[in-house]
Amino acid sequence: MTVFGIPTQALFGQLLIGLINGAFYAMLSLGLSVIFGLLNIINFAHGAQYMMGAFVAYFALQWAGLGYWPSLLIAPVVVGLFGVLLERTMLKRLYHLDHLYGLLLTFGVALVVQGVFRNEFGSSGLPYTAPPQLTGGYNLGFMFLPTYRGWVVVFSLVVCLGTWYVIERTKLGAYLRAATENPTLVQAFGINVPRMITLTYGFGVALAALAGVLAAPIYQVNPLMGADLIIVVFAVVVIGGLGSILGSIVTGFGLGVIEGFTKVFYPEASNIVIFVIMALVLLVRPSGLFGRTA
Amino acid sequence: MSVTAKPVVAAPARDAIAAPAVAPHQLAAFVVMVVVLIAAPFFVYPVFLMKALCFALFACAFNLLIGYVGLLSFGHAAFLGSAGYASAHAAKVWGFPPELAIVFGTLTAGVLGALIGALTIRSRGIYFANITLAFAQMIFFFSLQAKFTGGEDGIQAVPRGTLLGVFDLRQTYTMYFVVLAVFLLGFLVVYRSIHSPFGQVLKAIRENEPRATSLGYRPEHYKLIAFVISATLSGTAGATKAIVFQLASLTDVHWTMSGEVVLMTLLGGMGTVFGPVVGAFLVISLEHYLAQLGSWLTIAQGLIFVVCVLTFRRGAIGELGRLLRKPL
Amino acid sequence: MTATRVLVLAAALLAAAVPAHAQISDGVIKIGIMNDQSGTYADLAGPGSVVAARMAIEDFGAAKKNMKVEVLVADHQNKPDVGSSIARQWFDADHVDVIVDVPTSSVVLAVNQIAREKNKALIVSTGATSDLTGPQCSPNAIHWTYDTWSLANGTGSAVVKTGGDTWFFLTADYKFGHDLERDTEAVVVKNGGKVVGKVRHPFPTADFSSFLLQAQASKAKVIGLANAGADTTNAIKQGAEFGIVKGGQQFAGLLVFLTDVHALGLEKAQGLLLTESFYWDLNDRTRAFSTKFAERHRQARPTMAQAGVYSAVLHYLKAVEALKSDDGPKVIAKMKELPTDDPVFGKGSVRADGRKIHPMYLFEVKKPSESKGPWDYYKVRATIPAEQAFRPMDQGNCPLVKK
Repeated sequence: MTVFGIPTQALFGQLLIGLINGAFYAMLSLGLSVIFGLLNIINFAHGAQYMMGAFVAYFALQWAGLGYWPSLLIAPVVVGLFGVLLERTMLKRLYHLDHLYGLLLTFGVALVVQGVFRNEFGSSGLPYTAPPQLTGGYNLGFMFLPTYRGWVVVFSLVVCLGTWYVIERTKLGAYLRAATENPTLVQAFGINVPRMITLTYGFGVALAALAGVLAAPIYQVNPLMGADLIIVVFAVVVIGGLGSILGSIVTGFGLGVIEGFTKVFYPEASNIVIFVIMALVLLVRPSGLFGRTA
Repeated sequence: MSVTAKPVVAAPARDAIAAPAVAPHQLAAFVVMVVVLIAAPFFVYPVFLMKALCFALFACAFNLLIGYVGLLSFGHAAFLGSAGYASAHAAKVWGFPPELAIVFGTLTAGVLGALIGALTIRSRGIYFANITLAFAQMIFFFSLQAKFTGGEDGIQAVPRGTLLGVFDLRQTYTMYFVVLAVFLLGFLVVYRSIHSPFGQVLKAIRENEPRATSLGYRPEHYKLIAFVISATLSGTAGATKAIVFQLASLTDVHWTMSGEVVLMTLLGGMGTVFGPVVGAFLVISLEHYLAQLGSWLTIAQGLIFVVCVLTFRRGAIGELGRLLRKPL
Repeated sequence: MTATRVLVLAAALLAAAVPAHAQISDGVIKIGIMNDQSGTYADLAGPGSVVAARMAIEDFGAAKKNMKVEVLVADHQNKPDVGSSIARQWFDADHVDVIVDVPTSSVVLAVNQIAREKNKALIVSTGATSDLTGPQCSPNAIHWTYDTWSLANGTGSAVVKTGGDTWFFLTADYKFGHDLERDTEAVVVKNGGKVVGKVRHPFPTADFSSFLLQAQASKAKVIGLANAGADTTNAIKQGAEFGIVKGGQQFAGLLVFLTDVHALGLEKAQGLLLTESFYWDLNDRTRAFSTKFAERHRQARPTMAQAGVYSAVLHYLKAVEALKSDDGPKVIAKMKELPTDDPVFGKGSVRADGRKIHPMYLFEVKKPSESKGPWDYYKVRATIPAEQAFRPMDQGNCPLVKK
């Protein structure tokens, strides 16, 4: 049985692959969305922070012999701290200005970080292997699914839904959301708003780093791994609606699937389909699919 | 995103607007700029200067949009690059003389600007940046796939040709003065757009859009016109660059080129008249110097962004203007 | 007015800051190494090519022969506009006599034009496009180390002859990838093989899972990777994940360098078939050269691109010495006249169309168990003699070749 000339078996395989890629988009856009939705900061350094996460995992292995599982915790913490430092020293000064200054600053930070890493490590990419528990795969009939990729989907879903739950359904999340709506009032209640903002930025950055660790065994660990990814992730967040965490998750997975299908029917365009969709969505719904009106 | 010398008290009524006279210090600065640029090719490698001039024009055009309308476009490379392809193709394949090739490139960018502008002008802030980026990426994809653009190779061996049948542009100095003339023309168009009734309305819209609307102006129209002017002049820069370097390539439609023009304008001073020119020269010089050092260039550019945004927001000319207490 | 004074000062400082071109007498031979110093191709050529060039100058004995040779280096970032800017500056203002190396075919073509215009010389080591000895051939240029035709021919025919007769192409969607695919397909078909499918992926691509799935579904015996650099290594790495090789299919890398295999690691790259014109462990002469190179370049063995730069610069200097001049097209003509002999390629020659010929080798990447240490990665599967390794001169459409 075929659909548009492709056997359904093969199509299921591509669908699954699309979901796996979507998981990355969802995790990355989650961090961006948290940062923008709650803090109104446009974090263009997200791609660089994703790359740093992958590198921390690599260093942890090279220098300390710490494998994948500890890195899942170490990388987000280390890069998250870097994010906290960035926020404290630089981003803080820009809150009273137009958002776009934050964009330009983080764009600059991304260039610096990527340049430094490239200087040190070149661009060829460094190897990083998946942990032994996750190697190998399952023959699903319609395709051979590497265990690691299956793990990526499951783990991302857990992280995404967990984050969404914390922000939308818990008291901490409520404080956070309130603090962005009306910081003075929330501060008057005794909550340390600046610290919450700093930690939230750190958390968003940590999410990027976590995605980086997830990516390390699949893609080569190289200084430019985040560079072209960042504009795609931005597109995902914008389509989902800036500020909507659910929107980013749904769009991330959705885009992965759409891109997957594009790779079957018109593969040359698979890099560009996201932008076409973004243009279309923004023309029809200027605030994105789930966004609150600007 | 605005740097104004003094706040606008009230938007003047439409029929009472008079074009402000040219401020003497700006005239002096202009004269100095022209003199320096006329003398420069005899001291500095002219091809380097021509590159800087093309980018200076690009930055001036970009500055019109961000400095005076307050819209950050992350897709201006689309205009630079597609005009480059159009003019290169016209000169090489259709045999257009250089002046017509540049005009053709300019018109292409103008039409593209009108199309994209019409679709994007209602957005604002980060959405505007994103949607302009989206369209620019589509232009990039088209440039990559279309046969006539030559993909990775670009359009090479574009003939310099003979201007108006008289001036042989293969002579470096002749080419230089033609580029200088084009630049000055574009610069003056931008200047006139800013210092005119049209420019005053733009200012009013930037300061307080609802009030401008209540006074009877249609902000979308004005923004669109500014967008089209900005796109067209970016096209002129791209078309001229293609003739000078005899090459139109993917670099000029890539999104990092859009980032570069932001850097030039930011460094030079957004919303100033001479800022983009200085910014372009500084960035091109930096690229030249650091070209040997690979990644250090990226690091330097990133640092400039960071420092400018944190402490140097007005840019070089903006700070200079503040020191002298006169807008430049 | 203060504004005026300040602006004049600023302009003067700016003008002074830009380096003014100095006049160099023609008593110096200036060699410009132009390549990617910091991007995707930095490891396979990059600073290593500069090391190779300097070694060639020393081994030639320039100092003893009283010849002043200077090396300039520039990073073209794989962009034709940057490359052509540098070429112009070098030829016009810095009096560079010859540009060597130049990866990335689009830059090669741009610099080729300029070298011709300015009557200088160009020797391409890392760049691949076989157009350089075809329609774009020029009396000012020589194509040294390899080209797309020889790779396609080497890998394509050798693989088909050893049983890999059904092919699926994974092609990078840009001109270089298309050319590589086209050339290899022609060779495969000529040798009795069949192409059962192809897919074009955007350039560059990070995730190949979807394309690899299509390759698996095609059941082709060989998956031809018509791409280079990170695309190739990513495809191979992910291929290992999806059990491509374990499932019985084989990867044929159409443009793979030693440094790519080094980055991948033998675990992932084992069994890969590729064609190169040089490997450090081929014979005593290559081993000696490579050890000296490794000492000067972070213990890394030279790739064919870097070795090619050594060989090219050496032969160039010999030609200049014989001619007693560094005039572009004259030196190129002399280089075609003199036979070549060096530790890198052994004996060889340069044809009228600007093609340097020497043997090409089909290599297979060793299994981890077969390797004795870092850089011990290849075993020789076949040797293609120089006369057969490159496209016959009459098939190239080169205007310099009389029919």
